[in-house]
Amino acid sequence: MTIRMTINGRDCTTDANPMTPLLDVLRESCRLTGTKYGCGEGECGACTVIMNDELVMSCLVPVMQAEVATIETVEGLARMADDGAEILHPVQQAFLECGGAQCGICTPGMVMAGVHHLRHPELAPDGLAEALEGNLCRCTGYSAIFRAMERAAEAGRPA
Amino acid sequence: MTISADSETKLRYVGRSVTRREGADKLTGRSRYVDDMHVPGALTGRTIRTSIPAGRVRNVRFPDGFPWDEFIVAGPDDLPANEVALITADQPAFVDGIVRHAQEAVLLIAHEDAGLVHEAARAIEIEYERDAGVFGMEQGHVLKQLAIRHGDFEGAFANGDVIFEGEYRTGAQEHVYIETNGFIAWWEGDGVVLHGSHQCPYYVHKAVKHAFALDRDDQVRVTQETTGGGFGGKEEFPSLLAIHSALLSRKAGGRPVRLIYDRAEDMACSTKRHPSLTRIRTACTPEGVFKGVEIDFHIDGGAYVTLSPVVLSRGLLHSGGPYLWPAARMDGYCWFTNSPPYGAFRGFGAPQSEFAIERHLDRLAAKLGICPIELRKRNFLRKGDMLPTSQIVGEEPELERIVERALELSDYRAKQSGYGEGNGRGLGLSVFYHGTGFTGSGEVYLDSVVALEAQADGFVEIQVSSTEIGQGTETVFAQIAAEGLGIDIESIRFRKPETGAVPDSGPTVASRTCSIVGGLVERAARQLREQLAGRDIATASATGPVRAEARYQAPPGLVWNDDTYQGCAYGAYSWGCNVAEVSIDPVTAELRVESMWGIYDIGRVINPVLAIGQVEGGMAQGIGWATCEDVVLKEGAMQNTRVTNYIIPTSADAAELFVEFVEHHNPCGAFGAKGVGEIPLDGPPAAVANAVTFATGKDIAAIPIRPEDLLA
Ligand code: FES
Ligand code: FES
Repeated sequence: MTIRMTINGRDCTTDANPMTPLLDVLRESCRLTGTKYGCGEGECGACTVIMNDELVMSCLVPVMQAEVATIETVEGLARMADDGAEILHPVQQAFLECGGAQCGICTPGMVMAGVHHLRHPELAPDGLAEALEGNLCRCTGYSAIFRAMERAAEAGRPA
Repeated sequence: MTISADSETKLRYVGRSVTRREGADKLTGRSRYVDDMHVPGALTGRTIRTSIPAGRVRNVRFPDGFPWDEFIVAGPDDLPANEVALITADQPAFVDGIVRHAQEAVLLIAHEDAGLVHEAARAIEIEYERDAGVFGMEQGHVLKQLAIRHGDFEGAFANGDVIFEGEYRTGAQEHVYIETNGFIAWWEGDGVVLHGSHQCPYYVHKAVKHAFALDRDDQVRVTQETTGGGFGGKEEFPSLLAIHSALLSRKAGGRPVRLIYDRAEDMACSTKRHPSLTRIRTACTPEGVFKGVEIDFHIDGGAYVTLSPVVLSRGLLHSGGPYLWPAARMDGYCWFTNSPPYGAFRGFGAPQSEFAIERHLDRLAAKLGICPIELRKRNFLRKGDMLPTSQIVGEEPELERIVERALELSDYRAKQSGYGEGNGRGLGLSVFYHGTGFTGSGEVYLDSVVALEAQADGFVEIQVSSTEIGQGTETVFAQIAAEGLGIDIESIRFRKPETGAVPDSGPTVASRTCSIVGGLVERAARQLREQLAGRDIATASATGPVRAEARYQAPPGLVWNDDTYQGCAYGAYSWGCNVAEVSIDPVTAELRVESMWGIYDIGRVINPVLAIGQVEGGMAQGIGWATCEDVVLKEGAMQNTRVTNYIIPTSADAAELFVEFVEHHNPCGAFGAKGVGEIPLDGPPAAVANAVTFATGKDIAAIPIRPEDLLA
């Protein structure tokens, strides 16, 4: 059975076993290795992606559930300027400036959770600490990530 | 060319929060970690491990139903030397007949079908003959013993002063780097190529060369891929994976083999922080002036020597805390047990012993009826004081200023009197220090070398084996090099660490990278600047690279005697103070660290954003170790090997962290830098425990502090 998805705006198909975790399909079939493995059981958040505007742990999503889904991964966030320079997403840019990424292994998942939170702040009434609770970071102690998210929220706010 | 003395205003990069150099790659998913490598034709490897802690392997059964002839199977007989070379080579790469701990490798299998490998690994059955095993300290054999003697310690306890004793324990701690251990290996001709996640390329190199009895250094090429956290957990341990993956590949005729652990395997078999037991006996005047201290510091080493002797050493050397002890007897014991070997973990023994002394001082203050802060102030180390190893404190640590700043920022006194004792909320304080770099003559033996090379394309390349593991090595080295060279930082690049291609600048451990290796980068940069003599980089290197190397030289007066344990243990010390504010739920006894303040003297702060990141992350790890991180051991092995049941702090648990620096520059470190990576682990446990004692009236003597300890 062929499964069709749109990943970062591109149509993709896979013949993987329908029960294969979406994470493995992203990493192995699509070679989108930005999305990381940390635990394989939905607890660390390293594999976080946005699927149909929802935040999911891709290690827990059998790829058949992604049939015709729209998937956003960390590779799809930055844009290219006319002169070829990379323009980071405001969340990425703020992480860069505030030290939100250290070893970087939690970062793709954390950034996706951050992007999703800025789109849907209503889902985390208690704010950032709640919004990012599903994403473990062992390096930062979260403070720099909070600072980055506050800066990203500022940047995204219309002046 | 002479370089004028730096004044703050002249520095262009040092002291500034230059953006993390590999940051954009990490943020866009471009960075390549070992598991991201696409290696066509690679087999997947898996390790078959012991399930008992002590005994003998009788038989290994390969049950029917698997195409065993398609598998690569490798074991101890395939390895020229079944040894992992480190300080000693007592640890085998595979069980050598005798099982000494659970989770020890028995054999390896590999196949191109990853799913099949995992099923097959589960199906293999091992039959054992069981022995009893030793679990816990003060039983069995001593792995290493150390002693420090200073002054008339017997006399100190003999003349009617206040004698006070206590016993303190700390639990194991799992690193939980979010990237598990992994290596990919293949053979090219008579040499092996290894790519992996690790802190110390030359440790891996040494271990692989030894295990395969290879003659030439260039037969082992170890490259560090982007590494998703280490914290000491990828110091010595990755050598095992390197040997294993190289062996499977060799048996597969050189075909690449991926050996990447899943989380449960990683947590079960990898090293942890050494559990500790410290007994302290102090003598002081009724006013709290210290006369002498006796300390017995015990750690559980696990089944093999690995790095335990040096962990014991650092722990013992820091066991008195940053105080003047006119007399001291300090004895350290590391015990062999049937646990998987305990290993390097950020702080390396010092967080254990400093927890004990800092908790002891609060208990002593209560006994004396003196404010715990006052007690500390009466005994702080000052310039010119002698440490128990006879080292004279060469700088003014300014601990009072550090402590006062922490009290002020946290509003300690007002809050504490407002909460009152035993009402479920409170603050606690700890003061601590940490020696920069390898202990004693360690840096001399390391003999580290760095190189800077001006190249024809106009770049200066930094060549070191020091690895970027999240702390910002590439960035701070680029800052130091650009500053020393007087060139734009954009013209500096960092060579990916690969043995043979970069000189051995020593391991990425012991808070030595920024200060000590950075100091060599600074020297090499100044030297290269002279060699370039004002020419631009491309012109100067048009006919070949212009290269400058710097080799470690011990600072004058840094003499250490390993036999007497006397002398200068460290060339520089960092100092700090933490204040913790905690709350305890009256019903569930759930402990929450609401806030933590940290004031640190880490010498020159090369990059504030990165330094704060190091410190905050370390504080959070220390808070986790003191509160929720509970390694459940059964017969020496960790049972809760998942992130669902071994709990590290999440964003919802995260304490609010406040960090400031006080700068006393270290004449021997890069632009005055001292160690930063490990000191953040030294203070949080005691600050939290002292706060919990204030808030609950419970006399906390062990971490982690579990809710059941507070309910009892
Ligand atoms: S890998 Fe999916 S949550 Fe950890
Ligand atoms: S940056 Fe290393 S785990 Fe978050």
